[in-house]
Amino acid sequence: MPASLLIISRQAPWSGPSAREALDIVLAGGAFDLPIGLLFLDDGVFQLAPAQNAKAVQQKDLSANLQALSLFGVDDVFACGNSVTERGLAPSALNMATVQLLDPEQISSIIDRYDQVITL
Amino acid sequence: MKFAIAVFSAAHAPSSRRALLFSQAALAGGHQIVRLFFYQDGVYNAQDTSVTPQDELDLPRQWRAFVTEHQLDGVVCIAAALRRGVLNEEEAGRYQRSAVNLSAPWELSGLGQLHDAVQAADRLICFGGP
Repeated sequence: MPASLLIISRQAPWSGPSAREALDIVLAGGAFDLPIGLLFLDDGVFQLAPAQNAKAVQQKDLSANLQALSLFGVDDVFACGNSVTERGLAPSALNMATVQLLDPEQISSIIDRYDQVITL
Repeated sequence: MKFAIAVFSAAHAPSSRRALLFSQAALAGGHQIVRLFFYQDGVYNAQDTSVTPQDELDLPRQWRAFVTEHQLDGVVCIAAALRRGVLNEEEAGRYQRSAVNLSAPWELSGLGQLHDAVQAADRLICFGGP
């Protein structure tokens, strides 16, 4: 059994390359068929905001890459429910229909479930 | 125990210094380091062009000496490095840049090397991050 890896993505998509670089680890893991999960936490949930206009800040839109996750076999995509609501995002309007919203207790057990964790 | 070490912070960050101290302690304790992987701003730990005042800690130089002495696998993520202007001779040539600031023992390679290290190690230890 390959070791499983959870990436916790905590940065907004416009705050520098961090969000993209976290996602790149996930996509690379998916490409190698490894058991990999992605958790959006804190400002990381802004990556799930609908109707982003990345062009307005001369950035590339990350949303398309999020939609590629399932193509790369990454189905375990989670977001912290508290982070979502604290930032005024509507859970029903996130740009990824398949993201699972978790409460703090579930987040603890998800982190426990993975062999290794990287927080970016 | 087999450790994989990932460094996400620049050379002047306290977490990068801790990464080196941890790595040194791991080897001193009889453990093995399967790979050091430098990602995000961590790529700056491997660049040759940092100049540190004489009475200050020169972390890039210490990393280089440590990796060389123990013949460790020091991998710098190529995408993260290119984005930050950390180039070896091959990449400087490929992108027609006039400066080369990464050389042996460091190796530029892809994120597959991080995943490979995670699979080979008992523990992944991460330092730094945004």
